[in-house]
Amino acid sequence: MKETIKGKVFVLGDDIDTDQIIPAEHLVYSLEKEDEKRYYGRYSLSGVPEAQSGLPMGGIPFTPQDKFESEFTIIVAGKNFGCGSSREHAPFSLQVAGARAVVASSYARIFYRNAVDGGFVIPYESFDDISSEFSTHDEVEIDKELNTIRNVTTGKTFPLRPLGDVADIVEAGGIFEYARKAGMIS
Amino acid sequence: MTLTEKILARAAKRKSVNPGDNVWVDVDILLTHDVCGPPTIGIFKKQFGQDAKVWDKDKLVIIPDHYIFTADKYANRNIDILREFAKEQDLPHYYDVGTDRYKGVCHAAMPEEGFTRPGQVLFGTDSHTCTAGAFGQFATGIGNTDAAFILGTGKLWVKVPPTMKFIFEGEIPPYIMAKDLILQIIGDIGVDGANYRAMEFAGDGVMNMDMEGRMTLTNMVIEGGGKNGVIEPDQTTLDYVNARTNTPFEPLFNDADAVYHSVRVYDSKKLEPMVAKPHSPDNKATVTEVKKTRLDRAYIGSCTGGKLSDFVAAAQIIKGNELRIPTYIVPATTLIREQMKTETIDGETIWDIFVNAGCNMGEASCAACLGGPSDTFGRLNGAEVCISTTNRNFPGRMGSKQSAVYLASPYTVAASAVQGTIADPRDYLPVTV
Repeated sequence: MKETIKGKVFVLGDDIDTDQIIPAEHLVYSLEKEDEKRYYGRYSLSGVPEAQSGLPMGGIPFTPQDKFESEFTIIVAGKNFGCGSSREHAPFSLQVAGARAVVASSYARIFYRNAVDGGFVIPYESFDDISSEFSTHDEVEIDKELNTIRNVTTGKTFPLRPLGDVADIVEAGGIFEYARKAGMIS
Repeated sequence: MTLTEKILARAAKRKSVNPGDNVWVDVDILLTHDVCGPPTIGIFKKQFGQDAKVWDKDKLVIIPDHYIFTADKYANRNIDILREFAKEQDLPHYYDVGTDRYKGVCHAAMPEEGFTRPGQVLFGTDSHTCTAGAFGQFATGIGNTDAAFILGTGKLWVKVPPTMKFIFEGEIPPYIMAKDLILQIIGDIGVDGANYRAMEFAGDGVMNMDMEGRMTLTNMVIEGGGKNGVIEPDQTTLDYVNARTNTPFEPLFNDADAVYHSVRVYDSKKLEPMVAKPHSPDNKATVTEVKKTRLDRAYIGSCTGGKLSDFVAAAQIIKGNELRIPTYIVPATTLIREQMKTETIDGETIWDIFVNAGCNMGEASCAACLGGPSDTFGRLNGAEVCISTTNRNFPGRMGSKQSAVYLASPYTVAASAVQGTIADPRDYLPVTV
């Protein structure tokens, strides 16, 4: 397991619901077939209203219209990230687009669980809402051992909550990998 | 222990549990549908093998409901995948599209088919699975990976939630519906106000409701972030369930010394008709505050607002009136659709009341509640303002990102359809207090 996640940050506000993460009309594509799966990357976060997409400026698409992958590796947002539906397509779409971690001050529980159990993206919690400390496109670095996120562009570092109960599942890469390690399934 | 804690303790084969405990529970029922079923099946086969059998075919319920009446080839392929899987696994509880068995919205069909049994554990690949808590069941939404894990093992880990209790004291006024109660609560606590927690509803205001009213409350706990919603079973519950299943179940109840996260008490007589303004279910206002707001469309449907009692309520107001805005009627299930053709008000069927008022009548399904493919019945395809009995109004929920949705009770939506702007049901109900 690598100790850091580095890349460009995409910044969002509060209550980003799953219809904003992947609008319902796109839930028809196969999650297995490569030629269809990539559309989850293209439409990831496409439901976010333009003014709130890529804060503080807004107007920045997570994935450019003609692309299937995003240039952003880490998402920083406010409270209640992933509220709304139980669609696992939401954390899946972030992963397909190329994101590896989300940092939010809180999560809706089904999104959090899906992100962990499916091994899609690591859902880190910040202690406070730190989204205003980041501008979309800033270079950031998450230290997985120290549980910190550093804004390389501004030089500021912020603590993250330890993953706690779910750390073993995150480490294993998902609930199936975890259950195999634990001898629950063969 | 609370009712929720007791159900989870029993399902985990433990004497007791505390909020925050992680426990592995045995699953009584797993529910899935056409959007999340196919990927769940894909993960199941990948993880357990192409020839793997589900853990217990009597405990798996598959109800296609989301994208049914569409020309979208991918959506239709999803139904094919479900059909194929049901055949291969010889599943008794698959409700196929285009047959007499087709039901419509899963959360409304589950009680009809007797799967919402008090004291049991239900997981479903849909966030509104929490609806079944109205029957004293532990019921919550999960993702495809967790569902695939259950398909192979019959088990899932769950963190025991603390319980927030909401008590409604006294008789609910006749112009107030269950939707007004839950919009009030979500407005009070916020869209994450019950995150990771159980929401229990109690008091005579709640216990005097029929099962459909109670389902409207538990349906929307997810809009407060709740893990599950629950109501203690009583005779109303048992009569309903026993009329629909012979499968044995053992109800559970709160202990007298149960410990709650918090208790909120509401005086029922002070309740007001409520709306949630765009673009969040917690953006509350009383109808009085937003009266005469411009509207382009009214929509009555979904698991939370498309039950028989919702249509009877709306029909009371719409009967004999002309409507000022296009109004869409979508029964949650095929049974409700049939009942609308036999249930009458002053000799006119509910169905005819809507048809004669010029409503657009839809087939049983989720339809435009969640937008869906562009040819979905009732979908908001532009910058329209809609008042709806559904459960979410986040940006783009009912289709276009440019649209705006007000959530309200069937009474309020019907009155607004008649007036053409947001209207107070007290001005339109035939008998008011």
